[in-house]
Amino acid sequence: MKKGVFLGIDVGSVSTNLVVINEEKEILEAIYLRTNGRPLVALKEGLRKIYDRIKEEEILGVGTTGSGRQLAALVLGADTVKNEITAHAVAANYLVPGVRTILEIGGQDSKLILLKDGVVTDFAMNTVCAAGTGSFLDQQAQRLNIPIEKFGEIALKAQNPVRIAGRCAVFAESDMIHKQQLGLSIEDILAGLCDALVRNYLNNLAKGKKLYDKIVFQGGVAANIAMREAFRRALCTEVIVPPYFEVMGALGAALIAAFEREKQPYKTRFKGFNVKDAELKTENFECQNCPNFCEVVKIYEDYEVVGYLNDRCGRYSQMNNKKLAGIG
Amino acid sequence: MKVTYPHMGNMAIGVKAMLEELGVEVVLPPPITKKTLTLGTKYGPEFACLPLKLNLGNFIEAYELGADTILMAGGTGPCRFGYYAYVEQEILKDLGINYDLLVLEPPERNIMEFIAKLKKITDNKPIFQVIRAVKKGFLKIKAADEIEKKVAFFRAREITKGATDRVWQEFLQNLNRAREEKEIEEAVNQAVVALARIPMDLARKVLKIGVVGEIFTLLEPFTNFNIERYLGNLGVEVQRTIYLSEWVNDHLFLGLFKNYSRHKEIVKEAPPFLCHFVGGHGQETVGGVKYLKKQGFDGVIQLLPFTCMPEIVAQAVLPAVSEVEDIPVLSLVVDEHTGEAGLITRLEAFCDLLSFRQKGGNHEKRRISGN
Ligand code: SF4
Repeated sequence: MKKGVFLGIDVGSVSTNLVVINEEKEILEAIYLRTNGRPLVALKEGLRKIYDRIKEEEILGVGTTGSGRQLAALVLGADTVKNEITAHAVAANYLVPGVRTILEIGGQDSKLILLKDGVVTDFAMNTVCAAGTGSFLDQQAQRLNIPIEKFGEIALKAQNPVRIAGRCAVFAESDMIHKQQLGLSIEDILAGLCDALVRNYLNNLAKGKKLYDKIVFQGGVAANIAMREAFRRALCTEVIVPPYFEVMGALGAALIAAFEREKQPYKTRFKGFNVKDAELKTENFECQNCPNFCEVVKIYEDYEVVGYLNDRCGRYSQMNNKKLAGIG
Repeated sequence: MKVTYPHMGNMAIGVKAMLEELGVEVVLPPPITKKTLTLGTKYGPEFACLPLKLNLGNFIEAYELGADTILMAGGTGPCRFGYYAYVEQEILKDLGINYDLLVLEPPERNIMEFIAKLKKITDNKPIFQVIRAVKKGFLKIKAADEIEKKVAFFRAREITKGATDRVWQEFLQNLNRAREEKEIEEAVNQAVVALARIPMDLARKVLKIGVVGEIFTLLEPFTNFNIERYLGNLGVEVQRTIYLSEWVNDHLFLGLFKNYSRHKEIVKEAPPFLCHFVGGHGQETVGGVKYLKKQGFDGVIQLLPFTCMPEIVAQAVLPAVSEVEDIPVLSLVVDEHTGEAGLITRLEAFCDLLSFRQKGGNHEKRRISGN
């Protein structure tokens, strides 16, 4: 007999992730892909992979999140569309019940989420400062010619982590180059870089906030054991990295779709897996109808318009399926 | 003399009415758009705050339409606004744009001082005419504020999205056209009736969010991505702690209309977190949180331009206020680099957070809720 599953999709600027859970909310599949600046391509590839594994199952609901959540929702037909902060909180609290603090560092942005009794009480999000994100680590590893997977291991060998100025990516990089020229060891520099990143993160996001235990560390950067260690040192407490730490957004999106259905049964809007083979395309134009001059995005599926995004007034997006476009 | 002045929310409507009543020719800058911002950031100093850049853009655009005189408010205290007018004039001069500058400093003693200044601007028009003009301008912004507060209520509860906004836009046009006091009243009445006709869902559970912060960012929808309308469309009722008419009454009329503004009441709430003047509206921001909590609001958003000194001071103490008062506070910093997507994510997450709390927030059994 066919079983029912929920699909959660997180379309971010760096990675696109998909998670499938069953009705018992057990995780069946998790896929992590690079977005490479082309969310629609990543989305299709993800769908193809998921389809190969769960052909047999019936999709009961679809949830999307991430900066591309509206786009994904329009293309696939989603039942719930949620912001990343809520999605991450839902997932963390599911895997680590009673979590009070979530440290999340992804490719492009980082977040800090505080909870109490499973409810978000405060959050901060940083999208501007590159010195506190995974991309910056990637870049520096590349510059030093170190495979990113080895980064953590090497940094852990440090004897005396170097102090690196971490306020801004530009300073951090030139300071690192300087320290390198002084002949300091790569291990000490890498460990110092982790400390700088953690300092930057805490300075930017935790300003004046109390971080209570249990602390969870998630997002792509949590793969790096030296970063876990740096957080542990800075916070003087245990830092939990949950399984599936890389795909928490997608897990949260799937859980949200599932919880919604428990609260109020719905029939999914999922358009089916054919989308994976469709010709997907977006087109931008500048609306001249008012002084806002919005850059409106028009989305095509096999040369048919499936929706609009990015208009401030709703002139176009109100033509989208109402519930999909509505955020809430 | 063709007078122009910067945009700040609905201010233009009031000032225009006042100046025209005094027989002064007015050239309004076009509404603030991306173009205004581009001009302002190109010629303004990078670390100046957003208001300066937008003012500058306004003046350049108004110059192209023939304006030759700038009318601006001045200010005192640690906020940089006080010398903006002069800095802006210098920058414009370097661009070959020569404006005459008229600065209305906040009066020291009483409203007559303000009127005397206006008299000078208007070639010594008889005093009763000046008073009539000031009154008319004030009545207009007062009317705009009155309707805008109602709009916030209706927007959160309307059944057809956009219905309230249509009434609001039409009202603004009518208000702008109104010549006599009676016509202002008519515009107000008409709007009230039109609003009452909007089908509403009164049973809807509505979140109430208060907005505090720097006055320009608060009042000028372009700078805050029209946050009030955005939240309203999500079903949130939004109020700010500063309305233009209150500010004018406090600062230009020195509290002529007693008990009209809530300013004193709000500032009173700032201690023990912030006990003295820090320039701008820093104290109001801090006091506003407690004030709004008392009024039964669910959450507070602080709006500030990047590098705004008074608001940074306020921002630093807000986490403590939030904790003691047990009300969530979200600070949003805006400048020309602000991305709308990031802002919207934060707003949505903030609304999620508030509705969790509203529902009692105890999900221990179910552990998490999707909403
Ligand atoms: S989409 Fe709407 S808000 Fe944007 S420019 Fe066109 S008319 Fe204006």
